[in-house]
Amino acid sequence: MSLREVVYCGVCSYPPDYCEFSGKLKRCKVWLKENHSELYDKYYGSDDAEDVNALTNKLAGSSIGEEREGKLEKDLLKLQAKEENRQQRELQKKLSSKVIIKREARTKRKFIVAISGLEVFEIDMKKLAKTFASKFATGCSVSKNAEKKEEIVIQGDVIDEVEAYIHSLLEEKGLKDVKLEIIDTKKKKKPTTTTPENTK
Amino acid sequence: MFKKFSKEDVHSRSKVKSSIQRTLKAKLVSQYPQLESVIDELIPKKSQIELIKCEDKIQLYAVDGEILFFQKFDELIPSLRLVHKFPEAYPTVQVDRGAIKFVLSGANIMCPGLTSPGAKLPVSPGFEKDSIVIINAENKENALAVGKLLMSTDEISSINKGHGVELIHHLGDPLWNFSVE
Ligand SMILES: [Zn+2]
Repeated sequence: MSLREVVYCGVCSYPPDYCEFSGKLKRCKVWLKENHSELYDKYYGSDDAEDVNALTNKLAGSSIGEEREGKLEKDLLKLQAKEENRQQRELQKKLSSKVIIKREARTKRKFIVAISGLEVFEIDMKKLAKTFASKFATGCSVSKNAEKKEEIVIQGDVIDEVEAYIHSLLEEKGLKDVKLEIIDTKKKKKPTTTTPENTK
Repeated sequence: MFKKFSKEDVHSRSKVKSSIQRTLKAKLVSQYPQLESVIDELIPKKSQIELIKCEDKIQLYAVDGEILFFQKFDELIPSLRLVHKFPEAYPTVQVDRGAIKFVLSGANIMCPGLTSPGAKLPVSPGFEKDSIVIINAENKENALAVGKLLMSTDEISSINKGHGVELIHHLGDPLWNFSVE
């Protein structure tokens, strides 16, 4: 006797025989087909039934009777619709929020960059802070800002690099339309500091 | 058991000494004798068990970041991830298809869900009250939950009313989704 290796669905995390109960069946099926086509054939039949609502032969042999099975299928469809709505709403929320990247002068030549508004995007702030710290070889931490929201604070004048990085991060998540607001306190001061009195 | 479980409930993490590790493995085998032939595959000798102590006296045991079993009282209870690797070793009951969504929402299992035509109970004498059982479902290959019998399997079929299994752990619950870093 030896161990079994169960494949877990990349979408809902269940073993694929339970995907129909996850409310995410549509995406589960796409995932399974792409990643484990042999299992897809086993559970959903090899005929390319694009109609996810048609539960296939494999599942039809149930004991609970047509009436209860019908009700169950209705419930599962409801669950799926609910889940899809929820995802839609979440996506809308993400698309309508923005990330704020702010540069502040610490001293004349020292800057910090603060990033806020990331919490909506399921980004692990602590991990990202670590990434920045090693990427820019500088200090980087997560702290709460004035609105009690978490923000990442990086020591150093790295606003352009941060902007590019956040951009690619969001793009990876299919959210490239999310707005990045850049607040640069240096720019407001700098152009006017060329007053002759201050230059020695 | 894990309805409201989250990372915040973790109190401490520590490595289990190899002598204790041996004791734990022996205890698993004594509870589930059929594990004997595979225990060294499930938890190789060179692996390191990590103990994660949590709120409510729950203790999780992980290997390579995967929770394999846990305990609240004396007995060790397998996680579904462990069960899936070698389901043959555990006392098993089966619910009918109609009960699946209730089990996945964490509800205790009512007797009729265990006695209907799509369900399966062991032949008499079956399992004692308070046994840990894994729960399969009609037309499914894998277990979807782990629970504790609130009455013996013989009573479940003769009484056939009320709660038969207390649900401890199911697919999609916080323990299932728990990740150790
Ligand atoms: Zn799935």
